[in-house]
This record gives sequence, C-alpha cells and structure tokens, in this order.
Amino acid sequence: MSVSKSFVCINRKAPYGTIYALEALEVVLIAGAFEQQVKLIFMDDGVYQLTRNQNPAGIGMKNFSKTFGALSDYDVDQIFVDSESLNLRGLDATDLQRLTHETNDAEERLSIKVVPRKELVDIIESADVLFNF
Amino acid sequence: MSLDVNGVIYETDEEGYLANLNDWTMSIAKAQADKDGAELEDAHWEVIHFLREYYNEYQISPAVRILTKAIGKRLGSDKGNSKYLYELFPHGPAKQACKYAGLPKPTGCI
Repeated sequence: MSVSKSFVCINRKAPYGTIYALEALEVVLIAGAFEQQVKLIFMDDGVYQLTRNQNPAGIGMKNFSKTFGALSDYDVDQIFVDSESLNLRGLDATDLQRLTHETNDAEERLSIKVVPRKELVDIIESADVLFNF
Repeated sequence: MSLDVNGVIYETDEEGYLANLNDWTMSIAKAQADKDGAELEDAHWEVIHFLREYYNEYQISPAVRILTKAIGKRLGSDKGNSKYLYELFPHGPAKQACKYAGLPKPTGCI
C-alpha cells in the first residue's frame, strides 16, 4: 500500500438514536481495511458507545458494540476515552468493554486508554485527516 | 431476487446475498455455489463456518485482508494466505465465501 495517513475519528454521540456512531464505525473499518493508521477518541455521550452489555434488541437495532472487538484485526488499537466525559456520566473504565490487541511479540495490551481531556489535544493535532461524528 | 432451494424460496439482494441471515442452512450455501458452478468441499466449509462465527461474534463480514489475517491466526498460516483462499474462492475470498455463508457483503468491498 502506497500512502498511509494518520486518521483520527472523534465520536461524540450516543450509540443509538442517530446513525452517527454506526457510520463512524463503518468509516473506521474501511480506513483500517486500507491500512491507514487510525486512532479513535470517545467523548461526550460518545463514551456510551464503548459500554459493556448493550442490548438494543428492544429498539430493533443490531448490537454493533460487538464490532469494537474486531478493531484489533483491523489494526485499530489506539482508543482514547475522555475521562471528564466519563466522570460527568458517573462512569469509569470498568463500565467499558475490555478491548485488547497483540503486540509484535504476541503480548496482550489494552486498546482503550482513559485520558484527561488536555491529552486529546495532541492526538487531534497529530491527525492528517480528522473525522468528527 | 430470490433463490429456490428444494422448493423453498429465499429472498436475496440483486447480487445473490441472502436477505435474512437467520434463513441460512448448508443447503442454501450449496444452492448458491451450484449457481456459480462451484463445488463445496471441507476446506470451503471451514472458511464458511469461520465467517459465520466471526459474524456472530463481531456482527461484521471482515474485509479480505482482515479475513486472511484472522484465518492465519486461528487456523494456521498455511490457510491464512491469499493464494490458499483465492484457490478456494476465485471470485474473491471475502465476497464469495460471505455469500455462501449467508452474510452481508464485506464492509469496504466494492
């Protein structure tokens, strides 16, 4: 593959009720399939996308939160969650899925990092391509 | 479009992908392969069942590069390579195998 860019996708919306979260995931999967470097940021109501044990059957939606588990197959393994957004919603890291990836020497690492908001600035500034969903 | 399997009609999209993934049976896979003039052997079924498990776990059909890598990881590197998979599914491993597995066309697949 010739050109690889740095993509950052910011997810701000709740998982259901609008199509943003699902569409963002689709964009991320396509970028990953084409071997781009992709980082994800979850903030505001977007942090709900990563919560465990979602069951949207009652509203006739597919539980696409299961797809986050496949992100490591797409080499998307840098996921940053805004700690302030979690705190404001009474959530912490234990409410989120446990997503992992393997390093080159087959060591298991956590893909999700909860970080203070000011650390997100550098990540956003490093992007060649920024998506805001 | 639709597919006739032993007198039962199943709904498909215009490219022959099954509309409802819960309809899937092995006879449907065989009927779809027949239409393409392909014969399904153990090696094909292994990939088809792998894809169905992958979908069940992650709710997506993986793109071809991802499928190749995931198969390599779970079934061994002798199977997780393009040559092996393209020999089994010459129309494109992800595209063709997903069709026989009753899954949607892979994301990012044109």
